[in-house]
Amino acid sequence: MRELPWPARVYLVAVLTAATVLIARSDVPAAWDVLLVLGLLFLVCESMPTLLNVEQFAVSVSFSASLAAVVLVGAEGAALVGLTAVFSVRPGLPLVKRLFNGAQFAVCGYAAGWVYEQFGGVSGVPEVDEFDRLIGPYAAATAVFVPLNILLTLTMVKLATRGEVPLRGMGQFLLSYLGYGTFGLLVAGLWATVQSISAVLVLLPLFVARWAFGQYHAQQRSYDATIAALCQAVETKDYYTRGHCTRVSLASTMIAQEIGMGAERLRAIRYAGMLHDVGKLGVPTKVLQKDGPLTEEEFAAIQLHPMRGLEIVRGIDFLDEAFEGIMHHHERHDGKGYPMGLAGSEIPEFARIIAVADAFDSMTSVRSYRGARPVAEAVEELRKCAGTHFDPAMVDAFVRALERRPWQPPSRVVTVPDEATETAAKDHDDPTMPIEVLSGG
Amino acid sequence: MNPTLRGLDSGQLLLIAAAGLLAVAGVAHTAAVGLVQPEVAIGFGALIAVGELARLTMPGNREVAPIGAAAALGYTLLLDMSDEPLTHDAFQVVAVISAGMIAGALPHLAVGRPPRLDAVARRLLVGAMLAFAFRPLADTLYATTHSLDPTWWPALGVMVVLIAVTLLADVLVAAALRAEQVRTAFRVAVRDEINMAFPLGAAVAASGVLLALAAHSMDMVALLVFAAPLLVTQVAFRKYAGIRATYLQTVRALSRVTEVGGYVEPGHSRRVSKLAVAVGRELGMAEPELLDLEYAALMHDIGQLSLRDPIPSGATVLTDPQQARRIAELGAAVIKQTGVLDWVAELVRRQCDSVAEDPPLSSRVIKACNAYDDLVGGSTDRDRAHAALERIRLGVGTDYDPAVIEALARVVDRLTPLHRL
Repeated sequence: MRELPWPARVYLVAVLTAATVLIARSDVPAAWDVLLVLGLLFLVCESMPTLLNVEQFAVSVSFSASLAAVVLVGAEGAALVGLTAVFSVRPGLPLVKRLFNGAQFAVCGYAAGWVYEQFGGVSGVPEVDEFDRLIGPYAAATAVFVPLNILLTLTMVKLATRGEVPLRGMGQFLLSYLGYGTFGLLVAGLWATVQSISAVLVLLPLFVARWAFGQYHAQQRSYDATIAALCQAVETKDYYTRGHCTRVSLASTMIAQEIGMGAERLRAIRYAGMLHDVGKLGVPTKVLQKDGPLTEEEFAAIQLHPMRGLEIVRGIDFLDEAFEGIMHHHERHDGKGYPMGLAGSEIPEFARIIAVADAFDSMTSVRSYRGARPVAEAVEELRKCAGTHFDPAMVDAFVRALERRPWQPPSRVVTVPDEATETAAKDHDDPTMPIEVLSGG
Repeated sequence: MNPTLRGLDSGQLLLIAAAGLLAVAGVAHTAAVGLVQPEVAIGFGALIAVGELARLTMPGNREVAPIGAAAALGYTLLLDMSDEPLTHDAFQVVAVISAGMIAGALPHLAVGRPPRLDAVARRLLVGAMLAFAFRPLADTLYATTHSLDPTWWPALGVMVVLIAVTLLADVLVAAALRAEQVRTAFRVAVRDEINMAFPLGAAVAASGVLLALAAHSMDMVALLVFAAPLLVTQVAFRKYAGIRATYLQTVRALSRVTEVGGYVEPGHSRRVSKLAVAVGRELGMAEPELLDLEYAALMHDIGQLSLRDPIPSGATVLTDPQQARRIAELGAAVIKQTGVLDWVAELVRRQCDSVAEDPPLSSRVIKACNAYDDLVGGSTDRDRAHAALERIRLGVGTDYDPAVIEALARVVDRLTPLHRL
């Protein structure tokens, strides 16, 4: 509690007091057995809260038990059920958080119960044919419980961290929360028929879903790690470009976020940035290592690498838009790039983003022929080339993103044996040192 | 033959024929005696159609339609709708399921994504099986829930038992089909199918029962409200299936970087992985093991990327053993970087070990398949295949595991066509 700033402490005490007062002045509900089952249900749900994750919020369906209690045992019962959050089985959860969770759930439960009665709902186990009359009051109770719950929690987060509360994805969050509210209605509506079995039947699909989401997240993490490792394997040949793919992926994502891309496209560009140079292996080492100007034939080999990359990743279904990004990441705004010589808006958006990220990382990394340039200098160079080499809109977006969040390239430890270490004499990504080609050769 | 029917084996054809006949019988019988309580039938039929529309493909190319299955289950188990008894017979259930499935498949057909006929047939047959077992009992069970002392426990018990039996039958049918299709042992196929079917089966069963009970107190509103828990489940499984498919595609695609870099013959990694999986199945490996084997086989040459210069055409069987071992070590180091594929890394690391060093079975499979592909390449010429096998047999007991080589010989025998003169 000591580490909390004082407004957060005041707020915590206020919520705790409210909950205590509400519970102390209410009568003990008669239906102890129902209350016990619902309390247990609440605890089970509260103890495994990662059904859906929206950014940093963990959604649990525990509140549907509170809402079922609103119908079955009334406002006081709902408050008591919410209070059991204090005992949730989540090792490592500090006492302060437990107290706050319990108190805020109790307050929400009580408020929902009050609204339920205001809208004409009658608490108690509903008769079999009463279901239709439950829907209106129940919807009102849910409409109060969910926003109140979010409001109370977010206020705490804001006061405690003094930080910005991310509102990204809140719409989806709210919607799924309201959707989960129907489970409480199911539990309450079926109580007259099969009592507590109704809770089991409702929760079984949810626990299976939770399991599947868990598997999905595990696979997703594993996938990200695998794709990064394989891309880095492609880079091991050249000591100086190690980590290039992860950094380009990061910078591309920063630009894409800045121009407001949706979650799906962000995901795609993250992978596109990661995979953009995967075709580089097709370029013979001797070309990369050659000092001095290249013959046209050798330069053609370099120009081929985006196509080679595309050829490799073409079999991956979900990457649709990323394919274009990989294929055209060396096009130039003025149409002098390769492989197709597209210009301006003909160049796919992904490719325009990756081009900026790619050049930026090249300039800020050490090369055999020069040291790493400072970020400010690289940004200046990007600005200078905006309109000729790069899309000015993307350069602007990147500059804005860098102002908000300074460039922190992921550091990586190279543990792969250094047998293959080589030093390329040139970097095809570096806009400040264009590759010289012998003409007329 | 019709293109969608080509590639189906006898077991699948039998299943499809049975389902087709049953559907026709159901529709004909219902048409003859008339649709009982049509509004209920239409409501559930619509939900089945929605479920069919939202079908998804689980790992291992298994097509499932959880929402449709739960709706079919719910319609089968209905006893009453707001205390009004429902008297539809099993034939009507079959007719409703068939109609719903066809309606749900039409949009997919329109955009050129036909359903897998054997999967559709299985879904219909499973629904029918439960219907013919449960519907005759419906009247009796309805009576117990509406007697002077109404109780739902007997009805609930009957539902649970019958669903369990039906799911078991479904798993056995699926396993039999799979065993024939991918040539794996029936015992192994049953285990794989149970692992796959259990979580989703539990969710579908619970939702089906819930739906039937909910109709008792909520009438048709239940159809909308009940779908919520299952919708969440469906979303979760779709995401899971999606990432699994992407993962495999990505490793398959990226395994080709060694080819583009000129380290190995074009198509080498892919051929070795296909052969290795076939041999693994022949040896009775289960699906999780096969997946690791496939990943390891795809990436077995990835260590070459760390070499200064490509080994000419990358034929590791012909290079000196020290070099091959080095490549294996380097490849394992790359895969270890992922932090998650440790076992795959181990399989790659030990791919050169001789039998005396006791490598994991999958490593032995990769060693044998790699050697075979190095000798044969993409050729399916029978004489060349036999020559390669003869050469590999010289190393049986020292370099290669005898059981693996026997399995490899059987797989090769199947894959290489006989000379027709």
